[in-house]
Amino acid sequence: MSERSGYQAGRHRFAVLVACCVVVLISAGALVTSTESGLSVPDWPLSYGSLNPPNWWTISTVRAEHGHRLIAGTVAMLTVLLAVWTGVKEERRWVRTLAWSAVAVVLAQALLGGLTVLFFLPTAISVSHAALAEIFLCMTVTLALVTSRWWHEARRGAPAATGAGPLFRAARVTAVLVFAQILVGAVMRHSGAGLAIPDFPLVFGGLVPPRFDFGIAVHYGHRLGALAVAIAIVLTVIRARRVRDGGSGPRRLWIAMAVLVAVQIALGGAVVLTGKDALPNTAHVATGATLLATSLLMALTSWRLAGGRRERVSVGAAVPRRARPAAQPDGVGGA
Amino acid sequence: MKKYGFVMFSLLAVGLLGVACGGAPEETPRAAPASAPVGTAVITGVVNYTNGDPDTAIDMNADPVCLTLHEDEAQTQKVVGDPGKLGNAFVYIKSGLSGSYPVSDEPAILNQEGCMYSPHVSGVQVGQRLLIRNSDPTLHNVHALPTVNAEFNKGQPFQNMEFDHTFDKPEVMIRFKCDVHPWMSSYMGVLDHPFFAVSAADGSYSIDKVPAGTYTVEAWHETLGTKTMEVTVGDNAVAAANFDFAPASG
Repeated sequence: MSERSGYQAGRHRFAVLVACCVVVLISAGALVTSTESGLSVPDWPLSYGSLNPPNWWTISTVRAEHGHRLIAGTVAMLTVLLAVWTGVKEERRWVRTLAWSAVAVVLAQALLGGLTVLFFLPTAISVSHAALAEIFLCMTVTLALVTSRWWHEARRGAPAATGAGPLFRAARVTAVLVFAQILVGAVMRHSGAGLAIPDFPLVFGGLVPPRFDFGIAVHYGHRLGALAVAIAIVLTVIRARRVRDGGSGPRRLWIAMAVLVAVQIALGGAVVLTGKDALPNTAHVATGATLLATSLLMALTSWRLAGGRRERVSVGAAVPRRARPAAQPDGVGGA
Repeated sequence: MKKYGFVMFSLLAVGLLGVACGGAPEETPRAAPASAPVGTAVITGVVNYTNGDPDTAIDMNADPVCLTLHEDEAQTQKVVGDPGKLGNAFVYIKSGLSGSYPVSDEPAILNQEGCMYSPHVSGVQVGQRLLIRNSDPTLHNVHALPTVNAEFNKGQPFQNMEFDHTFDKPEVMIRFKCDVHPWMSSYMGVLDHPFFAVSAADGSYSIDKVPAGTYTVEAWHETLGTKTMEVTVGDNAVAAANFDFAPASG
């Protein structure tokens, strides 16, 4: 029986690497959509009947699509490695389950990617592919966080950090809103509604569209969603600034969230004003994924600071659970 | 285990049967031979185009190989025609015909040459063999976007690759595009008769061997839309049908 232990620097760094690679993978996928290269490689799982089609690197559309596939394959292998490593060395069962679930999700994600090519990019499959990518990112980000030294050692046995409970409640809502906003964005993107409202920041010169169809409604919903996310992040930042004894984690995260949401709104405007130029369009998706990851980190970190359930840790001794705060989450459980 | 073995055997048997039955090449039933009279009339005319924008240069930077295939800048193929004339308009008998017409034994050819489709506009009969060829030293995908027939997207990664396809329903027009080279597109009319033509650079077209009768003739253009007119033609006669296109105002 293999020996399992708590914090392992190597495995944590590897988990961080995997999470970063997922952001790269999502960005590569966004480039495929932004350059309308999704069908430039018409077959799947091979590309033009081979592992590497001729001159694929020199042709921009094929480079985008085939490159996305190669990155996806690499990420899938890294995810399997992480799951094996976690399975062997991780003592918390739920973390092991999460790691293997990530493998299942990345395989399902590959299948969705193949299906959307073989069925000529139907909106439902393409949106599902985009949504599952974000869920996969959340899983790898969670793995990276819960394998960190900070997570293992955070305030073990200490009282909840002042203000962490309210921060958790705000951050939880923010993370859900960001995810929902990305879903609406994916529907807009894959249904071709990115320019359904052609001006920015106004909407047909006003604040409300003079008429609605599906494209305009989805696009307008995405803009309203951006407003809701921005407000949620402002509230989260305010609460994060009130946290005492929380270490540097919340501070770094709220700064990142504030910067990212500002950049993201600017990129959204740039997408419209440039007529969906590939560069801002891709950057918009990449920044959205990063914002989701940051929001999730803020939610999990604040949950931990608020006294979230403790797992059995490396020394093998059960850490006594303290009384839960009023808003105890039930999404992440102990051993 | 026995039960599973039986299930596996059944699945295998059904699969093999499917392969055996489905192994034959896709054959679309061809139209009944020559049940309709062979005509002697001709419908001819000119497609005019006034005040229109000319073709423009194509940016082929996405694929360096495509750049090497053209000494001069490649042009779009929307207008093609001489001044005041419109090439690449698809002219066909839209209605008025009766009976069925034999399908040509000659295959229609859609070639990819110089990272352009050739021809840019063409017609094919239902059930007629369409031969799609890649003459370029770079890869292409052939993505047909019909709304009535079945959509397909096939890769041709090597020079001189070919494949056949037949359409089984009439449809005007079907767009072909190459997702590798976004500037590449072609349009094909699929008809259940052979009475169609594509206007040349001087705008002229001619539809031969038309049976005597009164027909609705339509001219289609990829950006300018359609124009129709009634044409009556007798045996051994020539009927003129000219079409005038202009850019949409405003």
